[in-house]
Amino acid sequence: MRNVIFRLMAHLHDCWHCGAKDAASLFCRYCNTIQAPTPDYYEFFDLPRRLAVNPEDLKSRFYTLSRLLHPDRYTRRSEQERRFSLEASSILNDAYRVLKDPIQRAEYVLRQEGFPIGDQRNKDVPPELLEEVFELNMALDELRGGDLDVLPQLDAMRRRFLDMLAEIDRSLEALFARHDAAPPEERKEALAAVRSMLNRRRYISNLVQEVDKQLTARNA
Amino acid sequence: MSTFQIDFSSTQKRRIIGIDLGTTNSLAAFMDLTGPEIIPGPDGSRMVPSIVSVAADGSFVVGEPARRLLIDSPDRTVYSVKRLMGRGREDVAEELKLFPFRIAEGSEQVIRLQLGERTFTPPEVSAQILKELKRRAEQYLGEEITQAVITVPAYFNDAQRQATRDAGRIAGLEVLRLVNEPTAASLAYGLDKRREGIVAVYDLGGGTFDISILRLHEGIFEVLATNGDTHLGGDDIDNRLLAIALEDIASEWGEDLSHNGEAVQTIRQAVIRAKEELSFQPATVIDIEYRGRRYQRELRRELFENLIRDIVDRTLGPCRQALRDAGLEPEQIDEVVLVGGSTRIPMVRRAVEALFKAKPHSELNPDEVVALGAAVQAAILSGDVQDKLLLDVTPLSLGIETMGGVVSKLIHRNSTIPASATEIFTTSVDGQRNVLIHVVQGERELVKDCRSLARFDLKDIEPMPAGMARIEVRFLIDANGILNVTARDLRSGKEQSVEVKPSYGLTEEQVEAMIRESYEKAEEDLRERQVREARVEADNILAAVEKARSSDAWLDLTEEERAAIDAAINELQMVYHAGDYLLIRDRIEKLDAATRRLAETMMNTAVREALKGTKIE
Repeated sequence: MRNVIFRLMAHLHDCWHCGAKDAASLFCRYCNTIQAPTPDYYEFFDLPRRLAVNPEDLKSRFYTLSRLLHPDRYTRRSEQERRFSLEASSILNDAYRVLKDPIQRAEYVLRQEGFPIGDQRNKDVPPELLEEVFELNMALDELRGGDLDVLPQLDAMRRRFLDMLAEIDRSLEALFARHDAAPPEERKEALAAVRSMLNRRRYISNLVQEVDKQLTARNA
Repeated sequence: MSTFQIDFSSTQKRRIIGIDLGTTNSLAAFMDLTGPEIIPGPDGSRMVPSIVSVAADGSFVVGEPARRLLIDSPDRTVYSVKRLMGRGREDVAEELKLFPFRIAEGSEQVIRLQLGERTFTPPEVSAQILKELKRRAEQYLGEEITQAVITVPAYFNDAQRQATRDAGRIAGLEVLRLVNEPTAASLAYGLDKRREGIVAVYDLGGGTFDISILRLHEGIFEVLATNGDTHLGGDDIDNRLLAIALEDIASEWGEDLSHNGEAVQTIRQAVIRAKEELSFQPATVIDIEYRGRRYQRELRRELFENLIRDIVDRTLGPCRQALRDAGLEPEQIDEVVLVGGSTRIPMVRRAVEALFKAKPHSELNPDEVVALGAAVQAAILSGDVQDKLLLDVTPLSLGIETMGGVVSKLIHRNSTIPASATEIFTTSVDGQRNVLIHVVQGERELVKDCRSLARFDLKDIEPMPAGMARIEVRFLIDANGILNVTARDLRSGKEQSVEVKPSYGLTEEQVEAMIRESYEKAEEDLRERQVREARVEADNILAAVEKARSSDAWLDLTEEERAAIDAAINELQMVYHAGDYLLIRDRIEKLDAATRRLAETMMNTAVREALKGTKIE
C-alpha cells in the first residue's frame, strides 16, 4: 500500500516552477514547464501495467515524448530545465529499450513486483532438457577435439533449440494475456508462471549462444 | 577590456556555428535563411587544412600557410593531430611508425607533442584550428562567436569526445553539442523529405571510418546502429603509397630518405596528388623533385586498387556488424550516403554499392556535408529549426570492472542517448571510507581488452560494518556521448562525493589552466590591438592640428589657447610610445578639448566659404 501511495505522489506533484498544487507529471499542467521525471517506465509512457504492449503505439509515444523532452530542445533554457530534460530523456530511452522487448519488459515487471529473477549464469538444467543438454555437451566436446563430423548434428540441435524458443515466445504471449486479464488476487500466480517460462527461455537461449560461440570460434 | 564586457542581454540571438574538426581539413558553417552555408576565409577558401605550426616567436600558423611549413620546418609543424585526441602513449605506438609525431617526455596520461621548444597536448593543437575557424566566422559574419556544435567520428570513445570538447573550450568556444559526423551528414542531406526510410551513411575520412544506419520518421533521425574504426582512412592509403615510393626511391637513388622529415613531406604531398588524380583518370604519374633530383613513376588505377584493396575491405566488417546490430538485411537499406574525401575513390564506391545493393548518394560535396549538417544541428539547438530531431546512440558498451578483471556491462552499444544505468555499491571491509569504481568502454569480456575510461572514487563514506553501506551510482551518457556519474548514499539520501580520475586526457584543472592561459593571451592580444588603435587615432589628431596651424582660424586663437594646444600635444607625444592605451586616449581627449574652439572656428569658416559658393578643400 505504501508503495502505491508513493507512486501516486511521484506521478502528481507540485510544480517546481509555478508552485501549482498537484499540477505536474512530466510537464506542469498550468505553466507547461518540464518537471522532475518519474523513474517508473509504465508511468512515464502513461501506459497501464500490462505485460502485453502494442509495439506501434509504444513507438509513436516514444517519438512524441522524444520531441518534447530531448536536451536539444532545452539548450537555451534554465539550468534546472536542462537537468530535468537530460534526466527525462535518459529515462525515456531506457524505458523504451526495456518496454519494446517482451523479455526485458516481463523481467522489469517481475522485478517491480518483487520476484527475484534467476541469475543469468544459472546452471540448473531443467529436468525435461537433461538428455538434450547431455548430448549437446558431448557433441561440443567432440568439436573441440577437432571432430568435424558432429557439425551436422550440432546444426540440427541448434535448429531444434531455436524452434523451442519460438514455441516459448508463443506461450509467453498467452501467459502475458492471462496475466493482464487476471483479477488482482490472481496476478502473482500468473507472474510466477511467466517467470518459470522466462527461466526456461534463458536457459535455452544460453545453449544456442554457446553453440554459436563454438561454431564461430571454429570458423575463425 | 570593454570588448569583453559587452552585455549580451539578448542571449537568445547569439549565433551558434557548426564545425567539422577533421583529420585533414576543418570547416565551419552557419545556418543562412535559405539553408546551411560554409563560412569562407578572407581569401574565399572553404577549408582550413588541419595543420598547425609554431613559429619561433611562439605564435601559431594554421591552415594553408602551415602546409608549406610541413616541408620548411617539419619539427615545428604537425598534421593529422586528430589521430592523437584522447589517446595514451601506448595507443599510438603504431601511428608513430607512420606519422612524424614527436612525443615529448611525460606523456603518460595525455600525449604531449614537441613543436619547436615547447610541448602541446592534442586538444591545445586542435584549439588553434578551432580558433582559426572562429576568427573566420567572426570576420565573415561580423559578430562575436562563442558557441558551437562540433562534429566527432561516431565511433569516438568517451576520452576522444572529452578531448574534442576540451579543445573547443581552450579555443574560447562553448561546445553546445558534439554531433556524430555521419549523423550530421544525414541532416545536411535533408533526407527527411522522404517521410519514412532506412538510410546508411558511409563516412571514410582522412583518418577515421564510420558507418551509421538510421531510420527516418517524420523529421526524427533515429540512429539504429553505428560502427567504425577510428584509425582507418585516407591517411592509411597515403602511408601505403608513401612507403612504396620511399622504397623505390631508396633503390633508385641509393639513399634512404625515410628519416628525413623534409623529404618525406615532399614525397607525401606528391603521392596524395597522385591518389586524388586516380579518382578521375585511369593513370597518373607520381612526380617528385627533391634537391635537384627527380623521381617519376607511372601509377595505373588497377595497381592502385590492388594496393589499397585490404584497406577498403576493412570498412566492410563494421558495415556488416552495424547491419546485424540494427537487425536489418542489406536489401532493407533504402538509401546510402557517402561522406568524406576518401569516398571519391571509385573502388570505395563500388564496394559500398555492392554491399548495400543501392546506388550511393553523392550530390553534396563529401568534404563539406558534415560541416553543413553541424550547422543544421546548431539551428536545431537555437530553436531556428524545429521540425527535425536527432536521436543518436552510444557506439561502445559501457561497463565496470568486477571480480577477476571481468567487465559487467551497464549500458550496451547502440543504446539511444541520453542513456543511463544505476548500480548499488557497498563496502567489503569494516569502516571502509572509499569505494573505487573502474569504468571501461568496449565489447570484450575482460577489462584488459577494453578501453579504460576513468576511475570514480566514492569518498567519505560513513564508517560502518562491511556490506552495510548502500551507495547508488548513476551512470548517465548524455546527448554528446559523454559519461556523467553521480552517486547517492541510500541510507542518508545525501549526495555522495565522487572524484573522477580520467585514464586518458586532461583533468578538469588542466583544461581550466589552458583556458586561463588562452584567455590571458587573448587579453594580451586585445591590449596590443587597443594600443595600436589608440596610436592611429593620435596620429590622426596630431596631423589635423599640424595642418590647422596654417589656417586662418589658427590666427584667431589667443596666445593662451595656442600655448594650451602645444602643451596638450606635448603631453600626448610623451605617452605615445608607452603601452597604455587608456593613457593615450586620455591625452587625445585633452588635446581634443584644447582644440575645440579651433575646430569650431575652422568649421564656421568652412561653412561661410561654402555659402559663398567657393569650393573648399
